[in-house]
Amino acid sequence: MGLFSRGSFSTIIQKIFGKRHARIGIYGPPNVGKTTLANRILRDWTGDIMGSVSDIPHETRVAKCKKNVKVENGKSSLFMDIIDTPGIATKVDFKEFMNTYGLSREEAKRRAKEATEGVIESIRWLEDVDGVLLVMDSTQDPFTQVNVTILGNLEARNLPVLIAANKIDMDDSSPATLKSAFPQHPVIPISALTGYNSENLYTTMVKQFGRKRRKRRR
Amino acid sequence: MTKKDKGISVNLISRHKLEELSSNEKLDFILKEVQSGKVLVLEQGLTSMEQTSLIEHTMREIEQDTFIGIEMEGYSEDRPTFLQKFLGKMKKPRMTVIGPADLLKTIRKDNNMIQTKIIPGKRS
Repeated sequence: MGLFSRGSFSTIIQKIFGKRHARIGIYGPPNVGKTTLANRILRDWTGDIMGSVSDIPHETRVAKCKKNVKVENGKSSLFMDIIDTPGIATKVDFKEFMNTYGLSREEAKRRAKEATEGVIESIRWLEDVDGVLLVMDSTQDPFTQVNVTILGNLEARNLPVLIAANKIDMDDSSPATLKSAFPQHPVIPISALTGYNSENLYTTMVKQFGRKRRKRRR
Repeated sequence: MTKKDKGISVNLISRHKLEELSSNEKLDFILKEVQSGKVLVLEQGLTSMEQTSLIEHTMREIEQDTFIGIEMEGYSEDRPTFLQKFLGKMKKPRMTVIGPADLLKTIRKDNNMIQTKIIPGKRS
């Protein structure tokens, strides 16, 4: 038997060239499935869940963090602090909550106020993450200003990003459109709801977020 | 007594005017104009960092009955070539349209066209 077994050798290599721990923010516009994906990751690796999900936009209005989630990829692994952030939007209209989702005026106004605070909190978290899992809805047009702005911001900070093309269980999904829209970033088609292709996502997360990289502070 | 003008202002802001302003001044200028009901077309748009700051500033300014936020669409920043990077040239923001979210709606956007609609309402 050699001096090092294969397992310990890969651990040493990882210690020299890669990270052992990374703080990963789950970002995206409202209602793309960020919390569903956070729940999927936690259920698969810790047996826990992150938070409640809803069809009403801005269900997550306060960022939630789960520390030290160990995600494995064969011989290597990465401990991640997973942060589920509120959806980023350029507008929040309480009337939409009333007219489309039937909330009372008071409830709608409270949700809208909390949603605006949530957007600010999400943007603030960008200062403190080591990488971003950007969730996009593969049934929707990918060229939204929020997607483009978040990606541009992450590129300016030199933060590693992985795009999760979510909702591929839907008939009208088109992950290929997302891939061609953002060819400079890895895009993994998934269904956070059914778990389809989540293994591929975890493998890419460990690779993408485990690399050592110097991020630019702003 | 003069009759008050009706209609929605669409102002084209020159690259020169924007280059004269610091990032904070630019954001203050844009937000003030948009809050007053104007649609702006910026000859040279905002960087991604400035756009993120504009979203943050917008969220602070939302007044539920009068200002629900902004609609903003622009082309991706021009990517510098290897030679331009070598010479220290950075990404340049491109044309961007910004307006109040209750007035300006994006219909469609691709690499060659941004199609928007101004919806006249109580502001016009």
